[in-house]
Amino acid sequence: MTETTLAPAPVEVQKGWGGQSVRRKEDKRLLQGEGVFVDDVKRHGMGYLHFVRSPYAHAHITRVDVSAAEAIDGVYGTLTGEEVAALTEPFFQISSAPGANIKDYSLAVGKVRYVGEPVVAVVAETRELARDASELVEVDYEPLPAVVDARTAQDSDAAVLHDDAEGNLMWSGLYSWGDLDAAFAEADRVVKIPELHFHRFNSTPLECDGALVEFNRGVGQWTIHTNNQFPGFAAIMMGPAMQVGLDKLRFVTQDIGGGFGNKITSHPQLVVCCLLARKLNRPVQWTEWRTDFHLSMSHGNERWFHDTEVAVKDDGTLLGFRTKALDDAGAWLRYEPLGGVIWAQVTPGMYRWRHIELDFTQVATNKAPVSPNRGYSRMQHLWFTERVIDIVARELDLDPVEVRKRNYVRAEDMPYTTPNGCVYDSGDYAAMLDLALELVDYESIPGRRAEAKERGKVLGVGIGSTLDSGTNNFGQSRLINPELQFSGNNEVATVKLDIFGEIVVTLGTTPQGQGHETTAAQVVADILNCSVDDVHVRAGHDSYWNSHAGFSGTYASQFAVTGLSAVKGATEMLAAEIKRLAGAVFGGVPEEALELADGGVRIKESPDAFLPFMACGAIVNANNAGLPEDLEVTLNCRYVYRPPFEVPDVETKTGNLTLTYATQIHVAVVEIDPETGAYEIVDYAAVDDCGKRINPQIVEGQVMGATAQAIGAVIHETYEYDEDGNLLTPNFYDYHVPHALDMPPLATGAIESPSPFTPLGTKGMGEGGGAGIHAVCAAIQDATGQIVTDSHNPYQRVWRLLQEAQA
Amino acid sequence: MDVAVTVNGTTYERDVEPRKLLIHFLRDDLDLTGSHVGCDTGNCGACSVIFDGVLVKSCMLLAVQANGASIETVEGLAEDGELTPLQQAFNEHHALQCGYCTPGMLMSATALLRENQSPSDAEIKKALQGNICRCTGYWNIVEAVKSVAR
Repeated sequence: MTETTLAPAPVEVQKGWGGQSVRRKEDKRLLQGEGVFVDDVKRHGMGYLHFVRSPYAHAHITRVDVSAAEAIDGVYGTLTGEEVAALTEPFFQISSAPGANIKDYSLAVGKVRYVGEPVVAVVAETRELARDASELVEVDYEPLPAVVDARTAQDSDAAVLHDDAEGNLMWSGLYSWGDLDAAFAEADRVVKIPELHFHRFNSTPLECDGALVEFNRGVGQWTIHTNNQFPGFAAIMMGPAMQVGLDKLRFVTQDIGGGFGNKITSHPQLVVCCLLARKLNRPVQWTEWRTDFHLSMSHGNERWFHDTEVAVKDDGTLLGFRTKALDDAGAWLRYEPLGGVIWAQVTPGMYRWRHIELDFTQVATNKAPVSPNRGYSRMQHLWFTERVIDIVARELDLDPVEVRKRNYVRAEDMPYTTPNGCVYDSGDYAAMLDLALELVDYESIPGRRAEAKERGKVLGVGIGSTLDSGTNNFGQSRLINPELQFSGNNEVATVKLDIFGEIVVTLGTTPQGQGHETTAAQVVADILNCSVDDVHVRAGHDSYWNSHAGFSGTYASQFAVTGLSAVKGATEMLAAEIKRLAGAVFGGVPEEALELADGGVRIKESPDAFLPFMACGAIVNANNAGLPEDLEVTLNCRYVYRPPFEVPDVETKTGNLTLTYATQIHVAVVEIDPETGAYEIVDYAAVDDCGKRINPQIVEGQVMGATAQAIGAVIHETYEYDEDGNLLTPNFYDYHVPHALDMPPLATGAIESPSPFTPLGTKGMGEGGGAGIHAVCAAIQDATGQIVTDSHNPYQRVWRLLQEAQA
Repeated sequence: MDVAVTVNGTTYERDVEPRKLLIHFLRDDLDLTGSHVGCDTGNCGACSVIFDGVLVKSCMLLAVQANGASIETVEGLAEDGELTPLQQAFNEHHALQCGYCTPGMLMSATALLRENQSPSDAEIKKALQGNICRCTGYWNIVEAVKSVAR
């Protein structure tokens, strides 16, 4: 079934550990059920938290009575929105006005705004009792009309979610680069696309959110065992809301059961746990139920593109486009409206058009809040640009492959500066496309079309692309709100040599399956010239370790750059210190005369003069009398990697928004049963280029996972609401995620275009799924001959397309 | 209610609430946290265990139904820290990323391989159909199982 092709680009045989598919260090514990996930953490006397949630999409809360629940034996206590409003400040808002004016607390205050919104928290002796007692909490509601369609959210008769914002508009901004008038004047044709829709779904990590929170009354500090994947962000949201310094919030994680961005915005629930741990004077445990996750957590941004106009030449040369993007934020701006600028990291997609205008509007609706989801905001925009390519090709009767190749940013253009000042670091998109087509045997497609037709099926081929922009410049937030004081990025690692020569590495990241312990060990082992087995990378994240910075976490395709560059920096510091120490021990031997080898340091010219790491660690840590006074060596090195960024220009909305651009090109071949619209992906290829790969097997695993999520999203996965704002897919019965039997045959391929901008030539990667969504959409368009306007294409929608084709 | 349940060869006697799910009994009462919970509806298979020789989802049984039963969980697969060939194959084939579904996958594949030592690709996929993985796309899991089949 799986054909793995790591070719045709020559893969050089690597010296050292980097570049090898080293077996993962994490696996041994995970394979034996010995991982520690958040729900595995227990404390004596802990209480289980259950949220009472809103049954209405939009309603005033007129009364809350927790007395019946609190009267039950074994119920430890409750927390209401009224208490939260008294004890905390509203969360800081990223948005400028009007979104800046909304007041977001960790529980609903006065009003509910989506089905599933937490209203009251109940803590009890057991999970079951907490759930039962929640049923006894009385909440009276006065229902209000619900806003469920972003397209009508700004109508004069639409209900208003947030009175403080005086309407449902949260944020808007016009982006315009190049000379649109000139581009449209030069165009032979203007292709018009009235409406495209990117649907609402998310990655549904198998482990839901959770926390075990302890309050240390003596020092006023909370220890938050959690699977939040971006503690740096949670901390800056929680500290000001709770009016405490960040030293009072200790975040601890070990293993996380998938994140995909969906575990970035659990800070409201964490605040509730903190308040209750303090109020009840006992540890508080919260594990989200699957249904609660679906109802309330981190839906991906639903986006509409209206009135798109594309300026093209008859030969398919793309000159530019203008469009209006309408983004549905759901009820709260938990990470939003950052989606309103994140897309701009990939403004022109893969293509060389220079004249682009995008009018972005984000509105609030009575649905779950959106937050980052694998491919966050770029996925929507890349799907749009790819859709434009195939629609243009159809309108001009050109080959989609040729239109792509004519307009791709070329290998010789790299590094390529986009119209809005982003710099695509390296890559060869045309070569990737050729490889992907080869992997599905593109030459054979005409014959296979005919053969399928004989069987009563229709066959189609489609291409999709992802630019996996990684390592954010947080300065882009200023394009949303010029008042914000964020810019750049950072990550931390510490590497030390301990008393018995143990090499101990600590990361600032919060991996959820990306194999950081393994790839970090590979980088360290190459620098210290030792085995990966000798490198001990601490599992997980603990803000007590002093190995974190403001942007620490695992999100947005950056570990291979930020995390591993921090590891590299710290290890090089350690290597230099080991040599300085050995030089002194050997009686004044210069560093240049020394080398690291065989688990120690030696004099190059006389290798018998050898000091093992164990001796180095012991001397500095436990046997240091007599060392020269001016020998500043701790063998405990901390390095902060800071990518080279400037603050973007808020006037022109230009600047380099991300450091690297990993790329994926996917090709899907589908076969449709015209009687039913049911279709099968009969062939699939995914080609990746993420620069230098530290561990090709881990990279390929990310490609595969992203592909599976794309296939799920395009065929099955959707968060659909009825007109009253009820979610129709609140669990895995109704929200079908792919199973083993759903997966098509897959061929993977890779090329390596090292990034010139990163210390290891690496690029962050992992979010490549958007390519797959489009590849399937394009294949359906190819098979049916009908323009595909939606990213979600279940069988009934394809059947309707076929009906339209016949009519 | 009093129950006596043998898990991975050790017999535990406990007083449990009649409503308690077997998965919560394993995780919360016996502290065997290798089996996981990924849904409320019996769809995800993260809690899969082998119950008197039969593969079950332990969220779909009550703890009291396990009275007298012999249960195998992921913690019982490796002996003295030596991974089974299936566990080793998962490592070699990169058949796990976050590892949350892995215990259930291993139990489903173990049950399959006891019944059928030479499963076809289709039989492997069918056997894993009740286990959701959100990280890998299943391809490497199927490869891992295939590699230890005869």
